[in-house]
Amino acid sequence: MSERDVLESLRENARYSTADIARMTDLEESEVEAVIEELEAAGVVRGYQAVVDWDKLEDERVRAEVELNVRLDRETGYGDIAERLVQFPEVTALRLVSGDYDFDMEVEGDSIREVSQFISEKVAPVPEITQTVTHYVMTSYKENGIELGDGEEDDRLSYSP
Amino acid sequence: MTIELSDRVNAVPPSGIRRFFEIAEERDDVISLGVGEPDFSTPWAARDAAIASLEQGKTSYTANRGKRELREAIADYAADRFDLGYDPDEEIIVTAGASEAVDLAFRALVDPGDTVAIAQPSYISYEPGVVFAGGEVLPVPTREEDEFRLTVETLEAAGASEADLLVLCYPNNPTGAIMRESDLEPVAEFAREHDLTVLSDEIYAELTYEVDGSDTSSGGTHTSIATLPGMRERTVVFNGFSKAHAMTGLRLGYALAPADVVGAMNRIHQYTMLSAPTTAQYAALEALESCDDEVKKMVDQYDRRRRFVLSRFREIGMDVFEAKGAFYCFPEVPEGWTAEEFAEAILREQGVAVVPGDVFGDGGEGHLRVSYATGLEELREALGRIEAFLEERD
Repeated sequence: MSERDVLESLRENARYSTADIARMTDLEESEVEAVIEELEAAGVVRGYQAVVDWDKLEDERVRAEVELNVRLDRETGYGDIAERLVQFPEVTALRLVSGDYDFDMEVEGDSIREVSQFISEKVAPVPEITQTVTHYVMTSYKENGIELGDGEEDDRLSYSP
Repeated sequence: MTIELSDRVNAVPPSGIRRFFEIAEERDDVISLGVGEPDFSTPWAARDAAIASLEQGKTSYTANRGKRELREAIADYAADRFDLGYDPDEEIIVTAGASEAVDLAFRALVDPGDTVAIAQPSYISYEPGVVFAGGEVLPVPTREEDEFRLTVETLEAAGASEADLLVLCYPNNPTGAIMRESDLEPVAEFAREHDLTVLSDEIYAELTYEVDGSDTSSGGTHTSIATLPGMRERTVVFNGFSKAHAMTGLRLGYALAPADVVGAMNRIHQYTMLSAPTTAQYAALEALESCDDEVKKMVDQYDRRRRFVLSRFREIGMDVFEAKGAFYCFPEVPEGWTAEEFAEAILREQGVAVVPGDVFGDGGEGHLRVSYATGLEELREALGRIEAFLEERD
């Protein structure tokens, strides 16, 4: 279970030091380092990123959720289409989903024009793609499990029995 | 003229931590490890159920003993989780916090002159509760070398064989101690032998992290003394939603006991409280029905913090016993300090609030109650400040 405990700690905050994770899991620091190396080598942990609230920054960041419908044939499966789409740096997430459309694609760019051009010039022309529906993100309230509100003050009394 | 207060009230001093409150008010950078309640909010599903009940206008009294649906859910939960079998009609009463249930039990069971043995250090309300009910308190100090578990030896040394009632709180506030089944057995035997009624406050039951050296993943299971042979008929179990379900302000608890005891408690409850808050009862019902995963997440979180805090205290050279329950640990203050002096000094100089252990009765002197119901960042900062405080004095 130690692997799972380390993973949970990293998922909570990837910037916890290995010393702190060791304290939380009752492992030695060297063991924590070894577990993290294993998780990375096995491809369980694919990376570490900051969760950013773009509304707090001056420079605009345009993000969109794009629904994609595709047509498959004998030679082309979902994986083949996905393999092409993930190559674009504009694509930040791509998932095959159930329901009315096939892929749920997240796209990022510096402006609406840039994102729109990317969809119309790079994505829509892919022969297997039959339809795209683009939803621009207007406000984000929660990202990666983190609420982006102003945060609640701890209103507990400083002492209670 | 002044209105004369009752002797009973005069016999109970005001809470010992009030002075600390005032000192804490003077600083704006205080990190509080003095808090006896979760830092999490009530699971959203439970809050949502409370809101929905208000929207539907469900704001009348409920049955004195609580909504039947809720008592049924409590009965199922207690049976599944802790092997406690109680009849929802006769043996369960829902109260305004477990505190009300404890008070009802004292008033229902204690006659003037009766002796109530209290395992200490313990939650601060038992002693005043006994005094308000007209009983005599017999403190039974537990010891650090026993990991603050209650033993027959300490019961005998305190003269508890002559007592009428015995109050236990495990997992314990303030020490974080737990009692395993094998620890409870001799205490149960003592209670049977000397015909003691046991009041067992199990409000922290869900927050049991390790039993018998289980591995690093959390998930120890609490044992209730009422499940031991011959104990059900002489035990009142208290539990509630404040701690595990993070519902302190909603004020909802309950007691499980034989029918005549619950009946007697209900006789007082119906004249004083009438029924526990209705909105909170809806929240509690939802909490039992759908919030197990969230409880588990909170418990895992507390467990990680517990390990962190215990490790840090040891690293900075403060002795601390391996607390395995609730959300407290109970480190020793360095030599040359009383608990109160040390707690005041770290509050004034470093802005770290902890509760001196002597507030919790005999056996608490020389210790601090440190709550880890606070985020890891704050815990790290607070422990760093205590470390700096100790280094300045080296």
